[in-house]
Amino acid sequence: MSEAANRLKKQLHYEKTFDCVQCGYCLPACPTYETMGKETHSPRGRINLVKMVAEGKSSVENMREPIEKCLGCRACQTVCPTNVQYGEILEGAKSVLEDHEKKTKKQQVTEDFIFNGLFPSRKWMNAIGNATWFYQKTGLQAIARKSGMTAMAPLHLDKFEAVLPKVASPFERRNSPRLVKAKRNPKMRVGFVSGCVMDSMFHQTNKNTIELLSRAGAEVVIPKAQTCCGALHAHTGKLEEARQLAKQNIEVFEKENVNYIVNNAGGCGAMLFEYDHLLKDEPDWNRRAEQFSKKSRDVTVVLTELDGLEFRHSMNERVTYQSSCHMTHVQKVTSEPLALLEGIPGITYREMAGYDRCCGSAGIYNIVNYEDSMEILDVKMEKTRRTKADTIVTTNPGCLLQMKLGIQRAGLEKEVRAVHLVDFLMEADPQPKEPRK
Amino acid sequence: MKVMTSAHEQELQAIFGENRVLLEESDRLSYSFDASFGTYMPDAVVQPRSTEEVAKVMKLANREGIPVYPRGQSTSLSGGPLPVNGGIVLDCSQWNDKLEIRPEDMIAVVSPGILTARIDEEAEKWGLMYPPDPSSSHVSTIGGNLAENSGGPRGLKYGVTKDYCIGLEIVTPEGHVMRTGGRTIKNVTGYDLTKLIIGSEGTLCVITEATLKLVPRPKAYRTAMIIFDDLVTSGQAITKVLTSGILPSKLELMDQACILAVEEYKPLGLPVTAEAIVLIELDGHPKAIEEEIEKVAFICREAGAHSVNVAGSSEEAAKLWQARKLVSPAIVRKKPTKVSEDATVPRSKIPEMFQRLKEIRDRFHVDLVVFGHAGDGNLHPNIICDKRDLEEMDRVEQAVEEIFKAAIELGGTLSGEHGIGTMKAPFMEMEVGPIGIDMMKRMKNAWDPNQIMNPGKIFPEPGKKLVLRDE
Ligand SMILES: Cc1cc2nc3c(=O)[nH]c(=O)nc-3n(C[C@H](O)[C@H](O)[C@H](O)COP(=O)(O)OP(=O)(O)OC[C@H]3O[C@@H](n4cnc5c(N)ncnc54)[C@H](O)[C@@H]3O)c2cc1C
Ligand code: SF4
Ligand code: SF4
Repeated sequence: MSEAANRLKKQLHYEKTFDCVQCGYCLPACPTYETMGKETHSPRGRINLVKMVAEGKSSVENMREPIEKCLGCRACQTVCPTNVQYGEILEGAKSVLEDHEKKTKKQQVTEDFIFNGLFPSRKWMNAIGNATWFYQKTGLQAIARKSGMTAMAPLHLDKFEAVLPKVASPFERRNSPRLVKAKRNPKMRVGFVSGCVMDSMFHQTNKNTIELLSRAGAEVVIPKAQTCCGALHAHTGKLEEARQLAKQNIEVFEKENVNYIVNNAGGCGAMLFEYDHLLKDEPDWNRRAEQFSKKSRDVTVVLTELDGLEFRHSMNERVTYQSSCHMTHVQKVTSEPLALLEGIPGITYREMAGYDRCCGSAGIYNIVNYEDSMEILDVKMEKTRRTKADTIVTTNPGCLLQMKLGIQRAGLEKEVRAVHLVDFLMEADPQPKEPRK
Repeated sequence: MKVMTSAHEQELQAIFGENRVLLEESDRLSYSFDASFGTYMPDAVVQPRSTEEVAKVMKLANREGIPVYPRGQSTSLSGGPLPVNGGIVLDCSQWNDKLEIRPEDMIAVVSPGILTARIDEEAEKWGLMYPPDPSSSHVSTIGGNLAENSGGPRGLKYGVTKDYCIGLEIVTPEGHVMRTGGRTIKNVTGYDLTKLIIGSEGTLCVITEATLKLVPRPKAYRTAMIIFDDLVTSGQAITKVLTSGILPSKLELMDQACILAVEEYKPLGLPVTAEAIVLIELDGHPKAIEEEIEKVAFICREAGAHSVNVAGSSEEAAKLWQARKLVSPAIVRKKPTKVSEDATVPRSKIPEMFQRLKEIRDRFHVDLVVFGHAGDGNLHPNIICDKRDLEEMDRVEQAVEEIFKAAIELGGTLSGEHGIGTMKAPFMEMEVGPIGIDMMKRMKNAWDPNQIMNPGKIFPEPGKKLVLRDE
């Protein structure tokens, strides 16, 4: 066998495709199989295509569309009876596609901007945050134009613009604290991952997260030198970039001597949770990455462990919950957000059918594959509507924006709102619990 | 080798519109396999949503001699939907618009692409039950279940798919639409074509609608887990339970290899020195089964069980069943390939079959584990292997052949659940004899004179052997 063929097999994680026994148990779990109605867009079909490419029985281009239209939600992995590592197979396939890429001009400009400009650089994120704040009414499109990104207009950014949250003033953001003391007997010291999207567009949610942690009894450090988690890079096959970002974060948080590394975005959390896997082939880093991953926690898990809050305000709302895929299927955090919700006085919880299915936001999937994403979203909104809930709670910024978009598409702006769990908890006036005597 | 021309493709597009005719290589590759072995490229995949569309495509295929392969969700373990000679895959999995429960007649009327588990879910809303429960019921379609005559654990008490289908709408290979059976439980008008079609593996016609019988849903369930130090005792105990006037709804067994695998995978505290664990479920009126479960426990203890654990609540029962559920993921951890056999023997021969399986395991040095529906003799010997290891696969193929022989010698059958398909075709004659094959072939020819309906399945082709490798 030729050298190149071997390399391709390795890069595609060919050996892992054998774990798939083609039983089809993942088909009902896959949102794209549901909306697109073709085996080609199912987990089993995708794995088969990867295998066929690795064996030289199919061209690389044959798997491009199916792989690019995969949400990466990993619901297939949770239901798989033989524990197929779909995430790895997907990542391998994406990196092969990336190497093989003859991108359209539009795609290149967008991706370049998003990956090399937007996400890794705090400065850029600040700029976006500032500009959005400065002229919220014109919104993202103006910046897009200014940075020569007219190509972004057909990406339906206008649709997203309308649902972007109010952005904190640049002054406020620059002056956000680097250390917040516990407002109760300190039980632990945690590092907070502010996240790039979170910190610019959801600054208030970040503030609330820190506040909740501190009221619940944690000292919170927010290291300045931290960077983007790398999730979006890894999920589009830009593994080298993702590794660089991971290393920077590992270094930064190692210095802080914390019990946990806390995040409030399911998607970022999953990436942090998998740094060990990302850096497994780098001997200087794998142990450090493992340490990092082991400490990484979703905020709901830490709040549950702290058990330090009591809620004073009764929220008379019918609430439903849309889980974050990467929180559910990668970090395997499922009960904590629900337990926290149920601890809020006054709410009526209405479970949504398939609340653990992807909403179609999936990183930048909803920007790059707008139509496919909207089909998935419409299915989701129908299920939401049946719960008759007036509040949809999520735990990830991407899901939150998507649900807001869904509310708008369904014409439900007057009746329904979407909110991050952390912000919802804040509304219920959480106070430090008196330590039991 | 393509059997279709672009004129054929255009004709298909005229019937289905462009969206439901898949011609891209990536799509065709995605319909080239099932849950068994081998990949075969179809020339086209079509996704019908109505009987008329199926009739049209069959007329076209019959006229032009293009093979057609009905397909559900391709979970077949015997090669049933594989497009072995090229041609058209008829993907019925997206045809799922009809699921009507008629409580007053206690029937359900369904489209072929409805997932089987959904029928029971709907029936439950009316206090009814659709009993057939293949473990793949949440993924497989009713069309596939009918074509394979699928069954599951509840088969012991309730029977299998064929016991619940009382009427069909079908399209013949020549493109005619017809109905068989009806909506009544009793129906003796002419030949029972319904039963002929069920289990025909898509070789006689396409099923386009089915009428299914429902039964009252049991009010309560009780579960017991019984542990045996040796396998033969477990077989004897099972016989005693089944002849005591009690008919369990499920009776499942896992052998020591399974117990070990589960304990390594997820420690549940199962006794690793035990040779067998038997799980028994009773359903019915709460008072009746309360008494019966005690009797089951008593019989098993008398028969020499190591211990008996009767679940006190449904949560406890679910915990006991978890052991059985974990078998599948647990056994494939060592090696990725699972050859799942379903040779079945008469109940009284279970202990003997166990003995034979042990011998086969030792003789061919294969990783053979047994977990299955011990109550109905459907033992599910599974061989865990790695299909990349050709030498091992050679031994596995021999071992499987021996399993088939053993089952038939003991008065059993090649397949209790999964069907013949391509995989077991070479062994058909061993079970039904040359006359049996000839009579079946004559029926096939009468239905499908041009041999276009799912060719290459059931009937042995000269020189074909069992192959468990992807060449
Ligand atoms: C993990 C696993 C567990 C399983 N457990 C069980 C079990 O417990 N019991 C059991 O019996 N089986 C079991 N099976 C086997 C399989 O699920 C069944 O045979 C099932 O009925 C196949 O349904 P399908 O929709 O996937 O059909 P497919 O696999 O797509 O097709 C099966 C056969 O049906 C034919 N067919 C499909 N639709 C039609 C139609 N509309 N008209 C005519 N012919 C049609 C096909 O041509 C083919 O021959 C299992 C399989 C797996 C992978
Ligand atoms: S559930 Fe797992 S083994 Fe089964 S087809 Fe899907 S990925 Fe493959
Ligand atoms: S990751 Fe999600 S979208 Fe992709 S194959 Fe798995 S279930 Fe489907």
